[in-house]
Amino acid sequence: MTTVWPRLEPLLPRVQKPARYIGGEDGAKAKFPDPALVSWCFTYPDTYEVGLPNQGLQILYEIVNERPDARADRSYAPWVDLEELMRAEGVPLFSVEHHTPCGEFDVLAFNLSAELTYTNLLNCVDLAGVPVRTADRERHHPFVIAGGHCTYNPEPLALHLDAVVLGDGEEVVGEITDVLVAYKDRPEVPRSEILAELARIESVYVPSLYGVDYDGPCVASVAPADPSIPAEVEKRTLADLGEWPYPKEQLVPLTEVVHDRLNVEVFRGCTRGCRFCQAGMITRPVRERPADQVRTMVANGLERTGYDEVSLTSLSTADFSDIQNVVTDIMDDGDDAGCGPVSVSLPSLRVDAFGVGIAAQLQRAKRSGLTFAPEAGSWRMRQIINKLIREEDLYQAVEAAFSEGWGRVKLYFLVGLPSETDEDTLAIAELAKNCVAIGKRHSNRASVTVSVGGFVPKPFTPFQWFGQNTAEELQRKVNLLRDATRRMKGVQLKWHDPKATLVEGIVSRGDRRLGPVIEQVWRNGGTFQEWSEHFDLDLWLAAMADNGLTVEDYVYRHRTEAEVLPWDHISAGLHKDFLWQDWQDALAEVGLEDCRWTPCYDCGACTGYGIEHVVASATPPAGGSQGTGQDLASGGEVPVTLLPTRQAPAPVPAPARRSGVPA
Amino acid sequence: MTPPRRPQIRIKFTKAGKVRFVSHRDVARLFERALRKLRLPVAYSEGFSPRPKLSFGLALSVSHESDAEYLDVELTELPDLEGLPEALTAALPDGITVVGVVALAPGTASLQQAITSCTWRIEVLGAPTADVTAAVAAMLASSELPLERVRKGKTAVADVRPAILDVTIEGPTAHGVQLVANLATESVSLRPSEFVTVLGIEGLTEGLVRRTHQWMTIDGARQEPVSGPAPSIGHELQRAS
Repeated sequence: MTTVWPRLEPLLPRVQKPARYIGGEDGAKAKFPDPALVSWCFTYPDTYEVGLPNQGLQILYEIVNERPDARADRSYAPWVDLEELMRAEGVPLFSVEHHTPCGEFDVLAFNLSAELTYTNLLNCVDLAGVPVRTADRERHHPFVIAGGHCTYNPEPLALHLDAVVLGDGEEVVGEITDVLVAYKDRPEVPRSEILAELARIESVYVPSLYGVDYDGPCVASVAPADPSIPAEVEKRTLADLGEWPYPKEQLVPLTEVVHDRLNVEVFRGCTRGCRFCQAGMITRPVRERPADQVRTMVANGLERTGYDEVSLTSLSTADFSDIQNVVTDIMDDGDDAGCGPVSVSLPSLRVDAFGVGIAAQLQRAKRSGLTFAPEAGSWRMRQIINKLIREEDLYQAVEAAFSEGWGRVKLYFLVGLPSETDEDTLAIAELAKNCVAIGKRHSNRASVTVSVGGFVPKPFTPFQWFGQNTAEELQRKVNLLRDATRRMKGVQLKWHDPKATLVEGIVSRGDRRLGPVIEQVWRNGGTFQEWSEHFDLDLWLAAMADNGLTVEDYVYRHRTEAEVLPWDHISAGLHKDFLWQDWQDALAEVGLEDCRWTPCYDCGACTGYGIEHVVASATPPAGGSQGTGQDLASGGEVPVTLLPTRQAPAPVPAPARRSGVPA
Repeated sequence: MTPPRRPQIRIKFTKAGKVRFVSHRDVARLFERALRKLRLPVAYSEGFSPRPKLSFGLALSVSHESDAEYLDVELTELPDLEGLPEALTAALPDGITVVGVVALAPGTASLQQAITSCTWRIEVLGAPTADVTAAVAAMLASSELPLERVRKGKTAVADVRPAILDVTIEGPTAHGVQLVANLATESVSLRPSEFVTVLGIEGLTEGLVRRTHQWMTIDGARQEPVSGPAPSIGHELQRAS
């Protein structure tokens, strides 16, 4: 067993936050590094504090470690101070369990959840002593694999990734391990043969086996050279989250990290249908974890970890069936256990008074801030993005928040949305002003923080054809808001740097020709681009120019219906014509209801895979006006057929409609 | 009206190995979670964001080890202390070992108030033993040792000679020279890293540093806040008052 610890230890007193590098978390597996086992190193291409809480990596880490024929460690990007010392002393990237050099693993598996971390991925591969391009790797090098939401457009890293996993990884990680176990003791088998074998696993994409033709700024075609390799790679979707109660032992770090609390995923997928939201589109359908399993995971998790806070995670937790009773049970369990006060937090709070009511009831141990995401300032704009929140919903939510004792609420908005006018942008300031006025009725110190992000169109959304606003245009809109809110007492404006939004846009919908660009930015020192102190737009613009590419072609240009998109050979289950129709509906300002509670409109995510929503209650939540098919004024129930809880994913006659399934 | 006085316990623990890179603040969080795991009836502060009532002594710098760290915990009722050190150790990460828990008598001075000096094992690197020996002798012979410190953005010079209570040279280690120093923590205080600086040898750096004792001065005699492993409660109640 090789370990870099004796060489690393003397460096640690010289760097910031050395606890990032020592491992030792409660829940860490540190399985004996038997060379006979297939070894994975799950790596997050950002700092330990950002990467450790990543639920996807923690789930796969446990699943691999449960296998008798495999083991898994974890690694994170070293901060720039340690990287400099490591390079000077010749210390390679290491895992935190045994401080094993990462180049000694069979697989280096990355989570990709943000475009600006791509240069860090290359840096980690290089620090591991592994060639950054797949073409330069030899049989003994680890396979460099990635999963996560960004991999739905894997093309910008096609030169660098040996394989990409699309969708839920729980099953696929085992199938990849099976292949690697079979080849473990066969060094004579060429790497290319193993890659081809991996490419035959459903939902595994091996970019090097596909050729791309271009037509000017567009892709003309993408196709595998070998007919035994699938022309289209489908995402994987777990039919039943209840069968995967992971992580069973969430990692509890020795040093503070983001989301430092117990996190229990209560459902996966979201069908609210917000048109800007890639996560909501690619993770369909909704699959709830059974409420009793949630309760058990929370109770066991709190007892094991000693955390005093649990977050029920999902894309919109207030939509979980019967959420109010579920959280009441959780809090009663906490009281019974006698571990002291427990708070429950619901991220991604829905914009209505119901959610605030729960939040107030739940946060007993400590109160975190309340954030609402109306996303757009005007009703017209919210119809376009299909976030059907009425102004009254927001005001009721804010009223509830201030009356429950919160002194400040945060509102999140996007600018640069399709067909946005200055009137729409300025409506954000009006909303904020009205919210402060509501707050002032409760407290003189009431304030509202308005946080504005620039919109980046994402693959597999109805907005994938939309030309992103220029950085200058986004800055102009931010300035409009800054001027409008300058004299509004109690309104604070924050915004995401439009220059960073531009780079996210370059990578988000890029093709393979971006590979050399990302590589050049990395070679010129452009790591940690998510961190404003390290972000450098000039590095990106120079690399684009040097490679003969333009921002106009990659970011600002509107795409046409006929255009081949760089990710057309990848499938998230969504029919391209469904997305195009939704794009046309958006431009016509037509909203679309949530198919959990209304009939199916065949987006493809269920029908294509013979699966369906798993929801315990088909009754829309009280007060949830946003596209629940109910009378927007009433907040009442809509008549739909109830789907039995935890129904086995039996084959359903096409077209599978949730409401058509017999109770 | 003052609230009724609640019972307090004092925990003594060691910190060594990889966990020496965990900060003081993070160690506090580790204890908060460990106490919750054991379901001890920890008292919480009042208010919007109740916090468990824990108070630590003098912070230990990141990367320093210790044989003698202390933590006072306020409780709503006194738990059974039998077996508590072992249970706490099991609930804490490798490298943190609880070696004693005692109940505090009402009115016991806080750790921050009571500690007057600490004994440190300090390894210095980058100079031969003879040079270090000479520097220590010169240091002890001096009547004044000015040290420039930057605090709150302002530079001030302090005479730190009164903070150096005792220094002995144990001899060479694999990489440097092993010193043992007793440094004051009140009125004029001196940290181990500053101690290395005031030795005045160009290029001298700090190797492994380990706090071996924290001392209180009671009636002119120095003693530890909790001495020895897991003493009996009755004894400690007497001694700590």
